[in-house]
Amino acid sequence: MVARRNKTYATGEASNFMTRKHAMRKLQLNLKDFRRLCILKGIHPREPRNRKRAQKGDMTKVQTLFHEKDIRFLLHEPIVWKFRDFKVFVRKLKKATAKGNFDAVARLKDNTPKYNLDHIVKERYPTFIDAIRDLEDCLCLCALYATFPKNARLPVEMITLCRRLMIEFMHYVIEAKALRKVFVSIKGYYYQVEIMGQTITWIVPHSFAYAKPENVDLKLMAIFVEFYTTMLGFVNYRLYHKLNLQYPPSLAGYGQTMSHADDQDALGEELSDRITALNRSLVRTVTHTEEEDTPMDDIPMAEDDGMMEEIKRKAEQLKHLTHLFAGMKVFLGREVPREPLVFMIRALGGEVSWDATAAPGSTFGESEPSVTHQISDRPKESLQMSYLQRVYVQPQWIFDSINQGQLLPVQTYFVGEVLPPHLSPFIADRRVGDYIPPEEKELLGLAEPAKAKKAEEQEKEEDDSEDEEEDDEEEEEGDEEESEEEGAPSKMKVELGKPEVVDKEKAKKMMEDEEFKLRTMMIKKKHKGLYRSMMKSRKRRVHETKQLEWKRKEFENKQNQAGHKSAEPKGPKAVGGKAKKAQK
Amino acid sequence: MVHSGKKRKTPSQATQLSSALLLDDETPIGPDLNLEGPQVNGSKSPSEAETQSDSDESSVYSELEDEEDEEDEEDSDEEEEENEDDGDDHEASESDSAAQEIAEEGRARSKKAPSTAQEPEAVEALEAQPVQDEYEYDSSDEEDIRNTIGNIPVNWYDDYDHIGYNLDGVAIRKPKRGDELDHFLRQMEDGNAGITVRDPLTGQDVVLSQSQVEKIKRLAASKVPEPGYDMYADAIPWFSSQVMETPLRDLPEGKKSFLPSLTEKRRVGRMVHALKMGWMKTKAEREQEKREDPTKRYYMLWQSDDQPEDVKRITDLIPAPKMKLPGHAESYNPPPEYLFTEREKKTWQDLDEEPFKRKLPFIPAKYESLRQVPAYRNFINERFERCLDLYLAPRARKNRLTIQPEDLVPQLPKPQDLQPFPTVCALTYKGHKNMIRTLSIEATGQFLASGSDDGTVKIWEVQTGYCLQTFTMPGVIKSVMWCPNKALSLLAVACENMVVLISAGVGDKVVVDQTEELLKEAPDNTGYIPPERVKNAVAWSLPEKSDKLPKSALIVLKFFKNVKQVIWHGKGDYFATLVQDGLNRSVIISQLSKWRSQIPFSKAKGLVQCVLFHPIRPYLFVATQRHIRIYNLAKQELSKKLQTGAKWISSMAIHPKGDNLLVGTYDKKVQWFDLDLSSKPYQVLRYHATAVRQVAYHKRYPLFASGADDTSIIVSHGMVYNDLLQNPTIVPVKLLRGHSKYDDFGVMEVLWHPTQPWLLSGGADGFIKLWT
Repeated sequence: MVARRNKTYATGEASNFMTRKHAMRKLQLNLKDFRRLCILKGIHPREPRNRKRAQKGDMTKVQTLFHEKDIRFLLHEPIVWKFRDFKVFVRKLKKATAKGNFDAVARLKDNTPKYNLDHIVKERYPTFIDAIRDLEDCLCLCALYATFPKNARLPVEMITLCRRLMIEFMHYVIEAKALRKVFVSIKGYYYQVEIMGQTITWIVPHSFAYAKPENVDLKLMAIFVEFYTTMLGFVNYRLYHKLNLQYPPSLAGYGQTMSHADDQDALGEELSDRITALNRSLVRTVTHTEEEDTPMDDIPMAEDDGMMEEIKRKAEQLKHLTHLFAGMKVFLGREVPREPLVFMIRALGGEVSWDATAAPGSTFGESEPSVTHQISDRPKESLQMSYLQRVYVQPQWIFDSINQGQLLPVQTYFVGEVLPPHLSPFIADRRVGDYIPPEEKELLGLAEPAKAKKAEEQEKEEDDSEDEEEDDEEEEEGDEEESEEEGAPSKMKVELGKPEVVDKEKAKKMMEDEEFKLRTMMIKKKHKGLYRSMMKSRKRRVHETKQLEWKRKEFENKQNQAGHKSAEPKGPKAVGGKAKKAQK
Repeated sequence: MVHSGKKRKTPSQATQLSSALLLDDETPIGPDLNLEGPQVNGSKSPSEAETQSDSDESSVYSELEDEEDEEDEEDSDEEEEENEDDGDDHEASESDSAAQEIAEEGRARSKKAPSTAQEPEAVEALEAQPVQDEYEYDSSDEEDIRNTIGNIPVNWYDDYDHIGYNLDGVAIRKPKRGDELDHFLRQMEDGNAGITVRDPLTGQDVVLSQSQVEKIKRLAASKVPEPGYDMYADAIPWFSSQVMETPLRDLPEGKKSFLPSLTEKRRVGRMVHALKMGWMKTKAEREQEKREDPTKRYYMLWQSDDQPEDVKRITDLIPAPKMKLPGHAESYNPPPEYLFTEREKKTWQDLDEEPFKRKLPFIPAKYESLRQVPAYRNFINERFERCLDLYLAPRARKNRLTIQPEDLVPQLPKPQDLQPFPTVCALTYKGHKNMIRTLSIEATGQFLASGSDDGTVKIWEVQTGYCLQTFTMPGVIKSVMWCPNKALSLLAVACENMVVLISAGVGDKVVVDQTEELLKEAPDNTGYIPPERVKNAVAWSLPEKSDKLPKSALIVLKFFKNVKQVIWHGKGDYFATLVQDGLNRSVIISQLSKWRSQIPFSKAKGLVQCVLFHPIRPYLFVATQRHIRIYNLAKQELSKKLQTGAKWISSMAIHPKGDNLLVGTYDKKVQWFDLDLSSKPYQVLRYHATAVRQVAYHKRYPLFASGADDTSIIVSHGMVYNDLLQNPTIVPVKLLRGHSKYDDFGVMEVLWHPTQPWLLSGGADGFIKLWT
């Protein structure tokens, strides 16, 4: 008897993966439904370990491969039946419309098959913490949809719901004091919050009129939004209950618009309503007790006290951050973007208001004497700074203060001042050779020596009030003078032998470098490629850093030149600087 | 008379006509009957009306009798209408003879006649019939049912005293007829005699009515019988292209329309059911639904924060990677160095076709204040792309390396701990005018011999760097080697196709003299006949003047081709020569004491690169381009074949203990073979950037060195342990650079001092360097 030949591609990786076409056939779905199902259920293609085997030897093209188990998991999804119902519904609707049977059309439309995604949310996120962890995309997309206008081409109900859910989530952040970092980018506002130990970052676009994007399938995005609204609703529900807040919350100004939601209200009105809502506190189910400060107990759990102290310090910092704006009354100018600022100030314990004529919901007016800060984003000339007891600052002060965890000195942020660069607070892990801009170095405390140098320079300037170039010359001259003074003029002389200056540090470093170089010769062949690529990327980084440093230097040189030029004709500025120092 | 006219009518015609006439006549009765009937509906077929009239117990005739006068007046109107309807029928009947018609009419009239004509018997006979309901609903009575004889010629009954049978089968008696006289008298008496006719079916006399008479008169005058009939009326276009507003139907509503609709009932039923089941909603409910808060549908989905509940889930879920957080460059007010220069901007814009190659997906921009920041154009597109990635991009778990590149570098003992080894160039021996191909050091380490491409062999004192001797040879020196025998001061020099044994003339005078004495003349080789093969390959001789050799040359071996290498066996009696392109005669082993040579291999196994004697055992290492073969000279067999895996071997060196072999290759590798372990290299050192020219082991210290074309010499520590289980440790300890490049050649030869940890190297630049 002839031994049976093994069939190739019948087991292992080849049988574990199936193409999209195959999967669709197995599920008896068309592409549209399959796509929807995959999105809702979170099924994604997988990269096989061996593509050739997974594609059953066909390497002519790169196929979309799904894991066989994932597809099997989809087989018994009840939602698939709803898809089929919907298909039937569409057919009926078409028929009824074609026949002009409008009663039937209305009746059918009333009974549009709807599916429920609750069980899928539970399935994809078996624990609440899972859902929190995966909240980023959800928030980004909902925030985007919340900015869409209500027009006939966009799904109005979905947009309303997104707005509502986002406002609820922001309220939670305010109530939980969970805001940690903010960033204004050219794309929009980034917010980072910490919920149950998870950091979540999302982006909200700058509020501008909606422009229809090209090459974007909004229907596809709507599927995502459909799922995300369900998810965010449930997350909000649980988050509110954790804080003993009532859900759904009764939002100020929101209920009224909901009641006559039929008449299409303009975007502006809607927006102002949201901000109005943000500026009011929520109703609690349990009467709010004063926040008890439970001091951290000293449990000697770790061997080193340093760690414990570190933890304590961090807790202290956090507490300071969450009450950063406590006791502050901020008044916003009408040109300032209200939504982000109201959210941030309220989230960190401050009070906000704005001109009552600009938008509804203001709680106090400009003339209120207890206002501590007024935020304005307009040229100095056009602003009447008629109240002496308050500080007029630019909005960046709020952002930078939050990122620093302390109220920064307001001088550099006064209205009309040139703002310092706004840095990203999200750069956490730096690799060797990454660039750190000088402003950040200063903040991190890395640039102490540079400061000292500056100080010295300043002193020198004070001393002789001459140009720096001259300073150098002077120094040289001084050296010459010294030598002249020491050695009397003589023609022949045997000078004292000087011991060779051996820079021990340098020699040691050189030796270490050589040793390291010899050791790199002995890297295993297996690791050699990796080592090389890593070193290559490090080199590239260093190169980029150098470029950036160079650019900075160029810029500063230019500034200095401009400064000199402007400083020379202007006498008073230098005098002013002197006066300041004199005051010190 | 009229009814016995020449033309007989066929029975069918007769019935037709009769029915037509009956219709004409009886319709006027309708209105009255209608009032009595159960139906409001007046649309009854004439026959029905007739049967009803028959079935009425009260005498029809009497009624007719009473209303005769009125009837006539109405007749004209009604008939006109009827005629309009049945115009066609009339025209058809008109064609028949008028006489016949009149006769029929007369007969019809005769039904009513009895009352007027006072013939009680017949009436009685007719009336005597018990009124039965049997024929109440009989509709098949188009013919006259008072006489049931049917449609037969009446004259068949001429001989009988009855004229037929009534419905009950009782014979109908013929009315008594008087004679001609009676008839005449009656005519005289009766004013109606002129208009009285006899009905042949019943035999009764019938008085024609005024209208009938009129008709007869009109027929006789060849006119249309109906007086009011307009033959030339305008045609009414009943069926035309014009659509009328109301249908031209005068039908009354059917019964159906007054009954409750079954389908509607069903539909309502279905609606009620749908409402009950919740499939359908009332308008109020729908309104309510619209107004309802969409957030009301949420509930506590998770009971706890981190306890997974029992739900089926995808196995091995790979979460999507998180969004990349923005750096400083994305700020609305970044530090100035992040802004693009003109050039960077241009390169960014040039990559429009391949946006993935850009370092940043946007152009950084700086705005003076927040209010100047415009909308970001690609925001929705970026979100969309993220969505696409979420469901389209294949995911795989990738282990992210958290290591630094430094972690990949092996931890080795520090070179300082492995001293001594040469670190600096102590001496440079200058004198050669061309590249130095070969070096050899005397066994005590006092003198150094070097051979160069300029055709000279120089002997140097190692410690001082003085050149003691210079021998000028007739060609390029390929190889020089001191004879390891301490009793001799002898150099073997390979030059062109010769190997010249030269007395070095340095060192101990006794030894020098002894050497010259010993090798002055050829040994006694009588009785030895060298094989033909050897004889063709090599010839021993004393130097001749024509050879242009230095004076101190003692013996000359002339080979059939150029010699590439000459190497002494450890004892100093045998030496092996490698002949270039010698094929199977590449390797020739010669014995100094006997002036004899032999060719050990009969077959060529490849291009031989170099040969080497084992320091202790009788082994010969022969390196071809890719392999090294180890031959046991005592047993005369191949004992081992080493697989180098290299493309081209350049040199070999053997560890003084004889267990490890170092191989240098032109493909930049230095290979360490442990001969006891395997036929594959124990370690491959890829630390040269170019071809390795020479490798060498130190005799005493655990050091080895390799020189390469990039002018670098790498000194490594290579400790071999006596314990067989412990592998040798190999640590590169020093990189020596000092030679300069010449014609792409760097270091040609490296050589260890036999006793000191000093290294000698000969370079293509013509210098020899001593590294200490």
